[in-house]
Amino acid sequence: MNRYTTLILTGLFALILFSVPEYAYAMHIMEGFLPAKWSIFWSVLTIPFLVRGLRTIKKKVEDNPSLKLLLGVAGAFAFILSALKMPSVTGSSSHPTGVGLGAILFGPTAMTVIGVIVLLFQAILLAHGGITTLGANTFSMAVAGPFVAYWIFKLGKKIGLPTWLSVFLAAFAGDLITYVVTSVQLAAAFPAAQGGVATSVVKFLSVFAVTQLPLAVSEGILTVIVFNFLKSYNQQELKELSVIGEEV
Amino acid sequence: MKRNVLLLLLVVALVIIPFVINKDAEFGGADGKAEKVITEIQPDYKPWFSSVWEPPSGEIESLLFALQAAFGAGFIGYYIGYVRGKKAGTEKVKC
Repeated sequence: MNRYTTLILTGLFALILFSVPEYAYAMHIMEGFLPAKWSIFWSVLTIPFLVRGLRTIKKKVEDNPSLKLLLGVAGAFAFILSALKMPSVTGSSSHPTGVGLGAILFGPTAMTVIGVIVLLFQAILLAHGGITTLGANTFSMAVAGPFVAYWIFKLGKKIGLPTWLSVFLAAFAGDLITYVVTSVQLAAAFPAAQGGVATSVVKFLSVFAVTQLPLAVSEGILTVIVFNFLKSYNQQELKELSVIGEEV
Repeated sequence: MKRNVLLLLLVVALVIIPFVINKDAEFGGADGKAEKVITEIQPDYKPWFSSVWEPPSGEIESLLFALQAAFGAGFIGYYIGYVRGKKAGTEKVKC
């Protein structure tokens, strides 16, 4: 266990140390900073995931009412993590997303619903993110992030990685991809005069990706901690959600 | 349990390291930095909508963030107590 972790962490730190970008920025696209047509585009794209997520949650909870509390835990975890603005090696701060855990437990679309709630809270009360950018922010943090986390977890299980490592990689990748998608969204809306969208993507990515790396590692570790706990106390529920096999 | 404590220490280290490596940094929340990049690319862009409500001060903002985290942590704490108690209860019955 420790050998793997040390390897991953050393690699990441090396990456981080060798790249010093100019500045960073908080995770969500700010209010009014996405032209209207893009606001509409991302909102429309997000709606089917939201509808599907509501259905998934309803079905899972109806089949098994004891899952309600566990769903609450997934939501609470996202709440805590997106409230923690952590410092990064680049000299600026950003926050993790906390959507990986729920995606692993309940599937990605369930987290779309929880993500919208978190983002709405922050947009209305904290002037963080925004109503006009809600669609785009939901897509990056609560569609792309959870889906990637979910796929990575499934893949990890398939190729026989230890469960903790699959969980770590899933949460780590879900956090990071959120940023990548945000960069693409901004770049699509603001293509550079020279070099167009591609140049903008690189610009935005160089701003975000590195800042987010250590935070994504933190998010991965925190998710593993919570998952370890659930594994020791919620064997039954995890089996019902087919997160862990019978052999655990 | 021991493993979780170690993992938690690792997170704490990850949070502290930036202050060591980057002593003079401002650690700004950097929302504004996105603006910089956007205005670099499109100097004439004007945001077409502004926040419905903004926390009147940094203090109020941190209050709301603290509430958000407290709400989440409170729920998870409640849940941990609940399942541990449940487990202890069923084990007692078995005896």
